[in-house]
Order: sequence, then structure tokens, then C-alpha cells
Amino acid sequence: MTDLETLVKQFQNKDQVAFEKLYDMYSKSIHGVVYNIVKDSDIADELMQDVFIKAWNKADTYSSKKGRFFTWILNIARNTAIDKTRSKTYKQSKQNLNADFFVDIIKSNDNLDASTDAIGIKKFVTNLGQKCKEVIELLYFKGFTQKEASEELQMPIGTIKTRNRSCIQQLRDIVL
Amino acid sequence: MDIIAYIESGILELYVAGHLSEKENQDVYDLLQQYPELLQEVIEIEIAVVKLTAVVSPHAINFDSFKGKLDFSDTKVVDLKPKKPNWISYAGWAASILLTGGLLWTLNNKNQLEENLQIVETEKQYLEIQIEDAKTNLAATKNLLDAIRDKDILAVPLGGQGDYASTYAKVYWNKNDNTIYLDAEGLPNAPEGKVWQVWSLTLNPLTPTSLGTIDDFNTDDNKIFAIANANASQAFGITLEPAGGSAYPNMEQLYTLGIVASAP
Repeated sequence: MTDLETLVKQFQNKDQVAFEKLYDMYSKSIHGVVYNIVKDSDIADELMQDVFIKAWNKADTYSSKKGRFFTWILNIARNTAIDKTRSKTYKQSKQNLNADFFVDIIKSNDNLDASTDAIGIKKFVTNLGQKCKEVIELLYFKGFTQKEASEELQMPIGTIKTRNRSCIQQLRDIVL
Repeated sequence: MDIIAYIESGILELYVAGHLSEKENQDVYDLLQQYPELLQEVIEIEIAVVKLTAVVSPHAINFDSFKGKLDFSDTKVVDLKPKKPNWISYAGWAASILLTGGLLWTLNNKNQLEENLQIVETEKQYLEIQIEDAKTNLAATKNLLDAIRDKDILAVPLGGQGDYASTYAKVYWNKNDNTIYLDAEGLPNAPEGKVWQVWSLTLNPLTPTSLGTIDDFNTDDNKIFAIANANASQAFGITLEPAGGSAYPNMEQLYTLGIVASAP
């Protein structure tokens, strides 16, 4: 059993220390995904915390056989954020949503810490091809399925899959 | 199985993104258990995505500031609830127990008082009956006294005879209303199966006429009996006779006898 699996097991047994570790590992990512959808810092703060409360409350429903823990909580995050964008109050306050992609957000993000990852990623996305930006945006941030992304981008399904593979490969080369 | 081709297909990137079917997820999971290089690949993809998405976040929120929110939804609600209602419900219970106790005590008191009142009421009725009896007695005695005091009354003492010398009686005779009042205080109670019989006598020749038996002698209180007598009596006698009385007096059992003072 890997360290992560042990941690998740402890979390499922309502171990607060394990929960804190998982929070430290993923909360910023979840915040990023949620923020990219709602495009509002305050709402994103609230939703990210909602996501972790949901995860804590329904921890027993997670099973490693169904997928990675990060994938599980990523799904909760996308659903929570998308639900929010469909709510009446959100629609009224956000009539002129800008269409920024995660790339634009990263490029305009002045608060990036000075870690090599952040600097590297900023450089990475600046040079990222348009197709990669779109595929990563849809598959990881927006939760589009392979088929939905294929329709949106007017690309064959197989192409989506391999292009995504090569885009993520480029990213790995920078951050790992 | 061609691990390289499997990796190159891009399925693991979709696995991390969460876009595979339940069946595909299960298949990937099984393969990850078998091939460590596949697991390594997945972990690297995941790390890349975690880092990329984290950079999109405008700021971090540390666990401590988040924890308060979690505690609020978890613990605080549980903590707050019992405190308030406890006070009120304890006070409420105490008050209702006191009230119930008070009511029971009052009810008990009321029942006791009602019972006492009933006893007093019964005693009162009993005393009223006694007073009524006494009044009746007094009236009867007054009547008797009035009768005996009448100016036309004739008193005839009856003396004890023979073996019964110690007995006596008195007759008060009112000739106007043909009634005698017999005061038989000096006679003993009639024995079982016997009864006193009163006789009016004329002397020459000696002729007895029964005035009747005194059936209630033993139970009478004042031993004074009013008896009708329309005879021209010259003497009165009392004999002890078998129950029911006799046609002629048994002279052996003549207890008392008295001669009427010669008529004026």
C-alpha cells in the first residue's frame, strides 16, 4: 500500500490529520479549478471549502477501484462549481463573464509564488500551442468528456486522446 | 501486453481527468496493481495536473482558517444544542412535577375535608333525631302529667298481694274520657311466655272484666300505660297470665290489687 493510499484510508476513518495532509496537497488545485469556472475569487474561496466539506462528509463513498483520490475530489469540485454557475444569484451577478482560459489566468496572475514550478508553468503556458490550451482547458478544468471535447474542438476522438497525451507530456517535462 | 503502447494511447491522462467509464476505471485499476511502471506513469500525470491547476488559483487558503468552517458544521451545532433546552426543560419538568404534587395534595385535602364534613353531617342528623326523640318524649310526658293532674282524675293505689307483697302499681282513672293510666313501675318484667293482664272488678258479687294484656310491658320505658275502661269498676287487679291472656284471672298469680275509693 502506498503512502497516499494509507492517507486516504485514514481520511476515510475520519482522521483529521490525514484530512489536513490531503487538504494541503490538493486544496490549491481545487481552488484553481473552481476559480477557473466561476471567475470570482470570493465565490471560489467559498466553493473550494464546500468541496472539502463534502469530501469529508461523504468520505466513505470513495473507493480506489473507481479512480484516483485526486480525480474523485476534482469531480466534486467541477460539479460544485458548475452547479453554482447555474444558480440564479450567480447568473445575475455574472452577466459579462470573461472567456479567459486557465492560460490567461496564469499569465495575468501576479500572486504566483516564486517557486520554480510556478515560473516554469507560466513560461510553459505562454509557449503552449492553442490546441493544447483548449484540450487541457476542456478535459481538466471544465470536465468535458472526450466526446464533448471532440465536438467542441471539431477533432476526432482519437486525436483528442493523443494530443492530450502529448500536451500533458510537455507539462511533465517542465514540472517533474 | 504492450505497456508502452498502452501508455502512449493517452488512456491514463483520461483516467486522471476522470473521463473513463466505470468499467474502464476498473480495468485501469487492475493493471495498475500489476504493472508498477503504469502506476508510476499515473502518479506523474497526476502531479503535473495538480501543479498546473494549483497555479491557476489566485491564492491559497490554509487549513487552519478552513478548519473553523468544518468545525462549525460538525461540532458547534452539536455543542450548542443541548445547552439551551436543558435549562428550560429542567425548569419545565421541575415546575410540572411541583404542580402535579400540589394538585394531588390539594385533591387529597379536599377529599379528606369532604369525608370529615360527611361525618359531621351524619353526626348532626343523628343528634337531630335524638333531639326529636327527646322532644317527643317530653311532649308525651307532659301529656301524661297533664292527664294525671286533671282535677277529675281518681288515683287508685294497687298493693302487693300474698307472695308478691313487694310489688305495687297505681291506676289513675279519668271517668270523663273512660281511660285509666296504669303506672306499673312496681312490677317486675313478665317472664318468658307470660304476660301481665289488667282486670276491672266489681265486688258484690266479685266479677272480673279483662281490660287487656300489656304486651309491650318489658320494652316500655316509663311503664305507664293508657287503657280504655268504660266499666263501673270498683277495684283493679293485675295478674300474670300465659301469653295471649286468659278469660278469667288466675287468682294464684294475682300480684296487685286496689279498691276504688267509694264513689262520691
